[in-house]
Amino acid sequence: MNTFFQTLIVGLRLGSIYALVALGYTMVYGIIRLINFAHGDFIMVGGYTMIFVMPLMLRLGLPAWLGVLAAIVVCALVGMGTELIAYRPVRRKGTNMTALITAIAMSLFLENLAQAIPAIGPNPKVSSQIFGNGGFKLGTVTMEYTTVITLVISGIVMLVLYAFTQRTRLGRAMRCVSEDKAAATLMGINVNSTILLTFGIGSGLAAIAALMYMAQYPKVYTTMGALLGLKAFVSAVLGGIGIIPGAMLGGIVIGLVESFTTSYISSSMADTFVFLILIVVLIIKPAGILGKNVGEKV
Amino acid sequence: MLEVNNLNVFYGAIHALKGISLTVGDGELVSLIGANGAGKTTTLHAISGLLPIASGSILLDGKDLQKVPSHKIISLGLAHVPEGRHVFARMTVEENLRMGAYIQRDQKSIQKNLDKVYEYFPRLKERWKQLAGTLSGGEQQMLATGRALMTDPTIVLMDEPSMGLSPLLVKEIFSIIETLHRNGITILLVEQNAKMALAVSDRAYVLETGTISMSGKAEELANDDRVRKAYLGA
Ligand SMILES: Nc1ncnc2c1ncn2[C@@H]1O[C@H](COP(=O)(O)OP(=O)(O)O)[C@@H](O)[C@H]1O
Ligand SMILES: [Mg+2]
Repeated sequence: MNTFFQTLIVGLRLGSIYALVALGYTMVYGIIRLINFAHGDFIMVGGYTMIFVMPLMLRLGLPAWLGVLAAIVVCALVGMGTELIAYRPVRRKGTNMTALITAIAMSLFLENLAQAIPAIGPNPKVSSQIFGNGGFKLGTVTMEYTTVITLVISGIVMLVLYAFTQRTRLGRAMRCVSEDKAAATLMGINVNSTILLTFGIGSGLAAIAALMYMAQYPKVYTTMGALLGLKAFVSAVLGGIGIIPGAMLGGIVIGLVESFTTSYISSSMADTFVFLILIVVLIIKPAGILGKNVGEKV
Repeated sequence: MLEVNNLNVFYGAIHALKGISLTVGDGELVSLIGANGAGKTTTLHAISGLLPIASGSILLDGKDLQKVPSHKIISLGLAHVPEGRHVFARMTVEENLRMGAYIQRDQKSIQKNLDKVYEYFPRLKERWKQLAGTLSGGEQQMLATGRALMTDPTIVLMDEPSMGLSPLLVKEIFSIIETLHRNGITILLVEQNAKMALAVSDRAYVLETGTISMSGKAEELANDDRVRKAYLGA
């Protein structure tokens, strides 16, 4: 029983990191039907930003995790820059396939650029301690502070994001643009700046995910976003890509599958199971768990 | 109020509008009729800035719409009810209507317009919480029309409002169009249902493969032999 709860908590923690990243994939996909392959690399951008900023924070007597604010800003700028410089021109002139290739190129570009920057280079860097060590006992289950903070922050971020899309003027504009760009324009919505905002928010979330990830695995390297990004993408598809609660659910499911496989079967089987689950779910429900193959009336 | 001069629009190599000109005066109800593929939707899209134009000019109260970004055109008092409704399917009826007032910030006037739209379309009020994607075609048309009225527009472009509706609903939609006209709203109406359109309009233009072939008083066109043969099935 003890192992079960411990595994559950590890799965939820991992899952909420996947969910934060998956939200970025799903928001961008929802609004421009593009799989932003570079999104995983935004995690890396956030990671390195914190590596450089955290020592400054500590020197100023501030907690290291405040470095995430700088990472959010940098990631949002990189995300918006990617949209402005690469995706928007391609969207205007090319096809969906051109856009997809551009996204893959952007991902490889960021990874290689990072390696070429002398201050970053090919070798991993170790991060400072982010949250306090230790934890507390909940019955017989040990709760690490890192875990609690990860769960709480992710929960809050997701609630705020959901409320933002449902209740605010800009959030509604985002939903309109994702449903129908021409109709959104007729309502007076500036479609391009709404897309830009979506990139900014989605990429900012990647920075928060980077913080949670580093709190657990305090190491940063140029390809750190590759597998993490892929699993988050899988989460988004599993939950129903384009659907915000789907990304949250998908992330949690993938996290749980991974942690339960690791604890009850074998850690080497974890990724195999993650992708197996994806295939099985998509065979049964091609649009993902929360996805609907909507037959919208005309 | 609206003045289109020598408008040319291309889709790649397809010359969809070949130098058309038309005007809609203050308070007028003008219809643009023509067969499928004649270029009616293209004309409205060009006016609303959804399509780039190759040459010509579009003036709204003397203002060159080419110089206005497409999402700003609604602020000039021009609303567009697009062909095929284009309601936001995953939003509720009321959310759709509120999106119609996206450019407005004054909650009081939004509420006033919401009440006005519910008065025009009591059916929408009954279904205010329903997702727009689950409405019937006629209800979606009412919603798209109501949404366009949420900004108190001075001119409304309507693209095939009767398309795919039962005869009863077609009558209902046309009676709403007449009411709007009576209330002083300027309307440019695109219709394949030429008979109904001519019956309610002041003037009309006939569009044939990208060119205006006839224009004049709606009554006169309705009695014109060529129009009767080609569009009124007489
Ligand atoms: N997106 C498009 N790409 C290429 N051709 C188009 C496009 N939209 C319309 N057309 C062509 O332009 C012409 C006018 O179309 P349209 O304005 O939709 O006609 P209508 O509304 O009168 O039925 C048609 O020949 C149509 O095939
Ligand atoms: Mg048409």
